[in-house]
Amino acid sequence: MADTIAATDAASAIGTTGVSRFGGILSSLRRSPAGFIGFVIVALMVLITAIVPFFTPEVAPNVKEILLPAGTPGHLLGTDNEGKDVLIQMIGGGRTVIFVGFVAAAISTALAIVLGSLAAYLGGWVDSVVVTLTDVFLTIPQIVLLAVLGAFFKLDSPILLALLVGGLAWPVLTRAVRAQVFSLKEREFVEAARLLDLGTPRVVFVEILPNMASFILMNFMIGVTNAIYQLVGLYLLGLAPLTGSNWGIMLNRAWIAGAIFNDNSLAWILSPIIAIILLLLGLVMMTRSLEEILNPRLRDR
Amino acid sequence: MSAMETAPAAEGRTPLMTLAGVSQVFDTKAGPIHAVNQVDLSINPGEVLCLVGESGSGKTTAARMAAGLAKPTNGQVDFDGTDIWSMNRRDFSTFRRSVQYVHQDPYASLNPTRTVQQTLTAPLLKHGVVKGGKAAAARAAELLTKVDLTPPENFLTKYPHQLSGGQRQRASVARALTLDPKIIIADESTSMLDVSIRISVLAMLGRLRDDLGVGFLFITHDLAIAKYFGWHGKTAVMYLGRIVEFGPTPKIINAPTHPYTRALIDAIPEPDPDLTKTKGLGSLRSLEIPSLAHLPPGCSFHPRCPLFEGGLCDGVVPELVEIRSGQSAACHVVARDGADVLRPDPPAT
Repeated sequence: MADTIAATDAASAIGTTGVSRFGGILSSLRRSPAGFIGFVIVALMVLITAIVPFFTPEVAPNVKEILLPAGTPGHLLGTDNEGKDVLIQMIGGGRTVIFVGFVAAAISTALAIVLGSLAAYLGGWVDSVVVTLTDVFLTIPQIVLLAVLGAFFKLDSPILLALLVGGLAWPVLTRAVRAQVFSLKEREFVEAARLLDLGTPRVVFVEILPNMASFILMNFMIGVTNAIYQLVGLYLLGLAPLTGSNWGIMLNRAWIAGAIFNDNSLAWILSPIIAIILLLLGLVMMTRSLEEILNPRLRDR
Repeated sequence: MSAMETAPAAEGRTPLMTLAGVSQVFDTKAGPIHAVNQVDLSINPGEVLCLVGESGSGKTTAARMAAGLAKPTNGQVDFDGTDIWSMNRRDFSTFRRSVQYVHQDPYASLNPTRTVQQTLTAPLLKHGVVKGGKAAAARAAELLTKVDLTPPENFLTKYPHQLSGGQRQRASVARALTLDPKIIIADESTSMLDVSIRISVLAMLGRLRDDLGVGFLFITHDLAIAKYFGWHGKTAVMYLGRIVEFGPTPKIINAPTHPYTRALIDAIPEPDPDLTKTKGLGSLRSLEIPSLAHLPPGCSFHPRCPLFEGGLCDGVVPELVEIRSGQSAACHVVARDGADVLRPDPPAT
């Protein structure tokens, strides 16, 4: 009798941990100053590029205001060679870049997790196929492949760009995940889960993968930075259609127009570069404190 | 006390699990390693079978084959009368759930990222033992009470690193109990615990054995623990991959019929130092254990055996033959001359 009472008490006490978990994430973010600063930078940039463009005026070419220097009243960062305001372009130009970066990293990380862990856990022909596939993808020079694919497809939608960048970035992480799962699957708790007949998907994705969550999340962040580099590189080389405006397109146009040689247009070429550097710096700094959030052992200290 | 009643009754019943002529050979660069060689074992429902032997004797390998974690190179593992490696998916899954394993190292056998509750409720929900998260949590709490982790609500939300070694081992026993197994394989489950905690965990396991009628394959290197836990059951002594002696535990402990078992019992330290000095450890001809990769010819114990007779022991591998009723040993000399050649009092050296 006492057992059942205690048991129901325990059962009712369980649903309450969700809130404290979120609080725990915030507090461990705050504990590492670099991680917190990184988190704030990334959060601010995402919020600004997502929301502010709704309230900024439309940028239109204006022949009367070509190449104004930074600090001109009404144009804080000056204008470009078509007379468009640089600050407004900079604020609005992060959307595609951030979106493609995160979606591409999500695609490549998801592919890497599924392929890498199943290859290691199942072994046999599954492993052979995955390893051969990663080898093939790793030997193809990616920027050349992107150039070729860019010539074949009209890469005007962000989703298509994300698919392309993410679909090429998975092999390295797949190899790393495979190696980790190889070691984790021999652990005794995995054996115990197998003895309880929990089923392969559950053993792999619930028992094994959370043990490498921080590793995966860090690689996701690295994946975001890599995808952003690739995307901006595509635009800078002019391999993606230069319609609309984003940091990559700004860079391309400023570079082609020779903005680097003109004092007045220095802010034009520097502003997308600074925006990109700031975002990537924030991501890298944020990654540091993620280890603490995801490892229950470190969380409690 | 129910174990006392079931043990004799179990004789006539068909065994729940049988290992018949089971061998495991590992191929290594140094050549094949015969970790387990021609082992026959059977476990009846509710019975305790102790597997005793030093490290490298193949007891863990035998247990892993019994649990279906390793496929034997030779021989057959039967569960409920069916070979587990020719079972269909459904029967194999039943077998999986009926045989559970408690590992030696409680620091490695619990998933560090899962709370005790998550660990316990996963199999309950997966196999539909209970319906819904609340019922599963209640059942998990009940299981924790069974393994003396009380009050359970203090432990349900804990991660393994927040528990002590003894508490972890209890949690992994609770996990083994989730699916109402028929056999629990305890692989040195108490050897990594402090002595004080070891006794209480053993007592808890003993209570499960008596109350739930679970059969145990209890693996240990310590005869004293086999004596404590498996008194009403049977004991098999393993040496270099073979069973050298098999019989009811009290007979093995009190009247061994194999020189190796004799040596093991002599090696148990006595509280009285004078008594310890007169014990027969010196009667072993060598203290070195031969390598599994280069097993001695004939009886693999012959280089160390005090009863060694040239020509007899180093020629043919001895069979396990009945020496006394229900007690068998694999020894040429004992089979010929009877167990009396194993003098209980050692020669004065």
